Amino acid sequence: MNKTSWFNVVSLTLGFAFLYIPMIILIIFSFNESKLVTVWAGFSTKWYGELMQNEAFLNAAWVTIRVAVFSSTLATVLGTMAAYVMVRGGRFRGRTLFSGMIYAPLVMPEVITGLSLLLLFIGIGLDRGVLTIVLAHTTFSMCYVSVVVSSRLVTFDRSLEEAALDLGCSPAQAFRLVTLPIIAPAVISGWLLAFTLSLDDLVIASFTTGPSATTLPIKIFSAVRLGVSPEINALSTIMIAIVTFGVITTSLVTKHQMVRQKREEQEAVRS
Amino acid sequence: MRRFLLIAPPYAWLLLLFLTPFAIVVKISLSDIALAIPPYVPKFSWDEGIWAYLNQLDFENFIFLTQDNLYWKAYLSSFKIAAISTALTLLVGYPIAYGMTRVPSEWRPTLMMLVILPFWTSFLIRVYAWMGILSNEGYLNQLLLWTGIIDTPLTILNTNTAVYIGIVYTYLPFMILPIYSALERLDDSLIEAAEDLGCSRLTAFWLVTIPLSKTGIIAGCFLVFIPALGEFVIPSLLGGSNSLMIGKVLWEEFFSNRDWPVASAVAVILLLLLVIPIVLFQRNQQNQQEADQ
Repeated sequence: MNKTSWFNVVSLTLGFAFLYIPMIILIIFSFNESKLVTVWAGFSTKWYGELMQNEAFLNAAWVTIRVAVFSSTLATVLGTMAAYVMVRGGRFRGRTLFSGMIYAPLVMPEVITGLSLLLLFIGIGLDRGVLTIVLAHTTFSMCYVSVVVSSRLVTFDRSLEEAALDLGCSPAQAFRLVTLPIIAPAVISGWLLAFTLSLDDLVIASFTTGPSATTLPIKIFSAVRLGVSPEINALSTIMIAIVTFGVITTSLVTKHQMVRQKREEQEAVRS
Repeated sequence: MRRFLLIAPPYAWLLLLFLTPFAIVVKISLSDIALAIPPYVPKFSWDEGIWAYLNQLDFENFIFLTQDNLYWKAYLSSFKIAAISTALTLLVGYPIAYGMTRVPSEWRPTLMMLVILPFWTSFLIRVYAWMGILSNEGYLNQLLLWTGIIDTPLTILNTNTAVYIGIVYTYLPFMILPIYSALERLDDSLIEAAEDLGCSRLTAFWLVTIPLSKTGIIAGCFLVFIPALGEFVIPSLLGGSNSLMIGKVLWEEFFSNRDWPVASAVAVILLLLLVIPIVLFQRNQQNQQEADQ
């Protein structure tokens, strides 16, 4: 039966065109010679060159990467712990409050999270800068990490851990030798998610930063408010390229791993 | 003891950096604005005790919000914009999700990746991409003028239309994915049975496919509606001065007017408004989980 009717072909084509044409236009016009972004005046890479000489953007990029590395690593540790507690922890006092605090940041409007964290930082007299952005980003991204990791923990067979304990592992060894390798892909994708969330965040960073630390989204936002510029197009193209490369690589790697895992399982069954 | 060591760090972190900040927001929303640093007068001091504090609470920031038309309008128009764009996202997203389940299965992972890829790309950049398209001398107007469909450029940027387009575009993956996963589990033989029993294809779609993908539709709608309600970036880049949204009002109240007590009161009300859809969303997810088991 031919299930792909013309209607589905049209809706898929239009749908994916809608998703991708804006970004393709952005990429094309980053190679535009003219300063006027809406008029094509010939191919040129000069905006990339100017971007590389723009101190402010480079500094902002460096701040953003530092914040993202620290906050996503911290968020991965805390989020994995939280997921483990939620799935394997059994009952403990305050569990409902805990799971509420894990899920609430996922649906919280960024303006509220940003405002409330800023008021806290002022209240305890913490100087605003890289540290406060890291604290803020860790708080909301650890919840995303915990959701990703706990969905993996729920599906995997608990008897594997129990077997390791029966064979004389300490709980810490069982976690390190059995649990962690199995949930590792989820932990890694949790880290990647936390990293991207931190790279992208404008609102929470704007609230919690001080004059000493400007992140790339804050810089882009203030430039973009004045209108479209070819330099921002060039910067966007670089960011889109990095993300595309990252997503395709990780999906190929996970696919490869899944194939290998399946083959190993089959060999184990045969022998 | 070991368990305590595992629970304590994330628990303490969230108590300190998630719950305490909210308590502070509520407290400041009940304070008075002042020309000071920080710019508000706390109405609470330990010497007088908690009863003295509770006795003299006047909720004046909240009363102010009900009296000033701006805030009413902002809440209403955020609600309207979020609702309309959720409906539009559903109209655009459903056919895409449906189409994805109707292509040969070896294509599906690729299409899936194409849906997810924009989600990993910076939100700010995706909104920015539309500024060049929708402006008066933008690519859309150039195209329409060139093809002769219109004679004078359309004004789209800085209107609510641009905000709708922006929300539909950026939140589309959130609508497609839950609907796709609901449709993918749907058993094709049900539709064939309906057709055998005399339904036309359209009636079968309406009576079988739509009801069976209901949980996906509801999940997708909430995933778009809830964040759209508090949206800041889209109305401030694509909307004009008269596209009022509460996220933008809160931002301006805080950064431009430096009125922290009113900004906090705006946040408290927004949060109360969000409680209803969030609870409904969670109930929908729970129902789905129970149905799966």
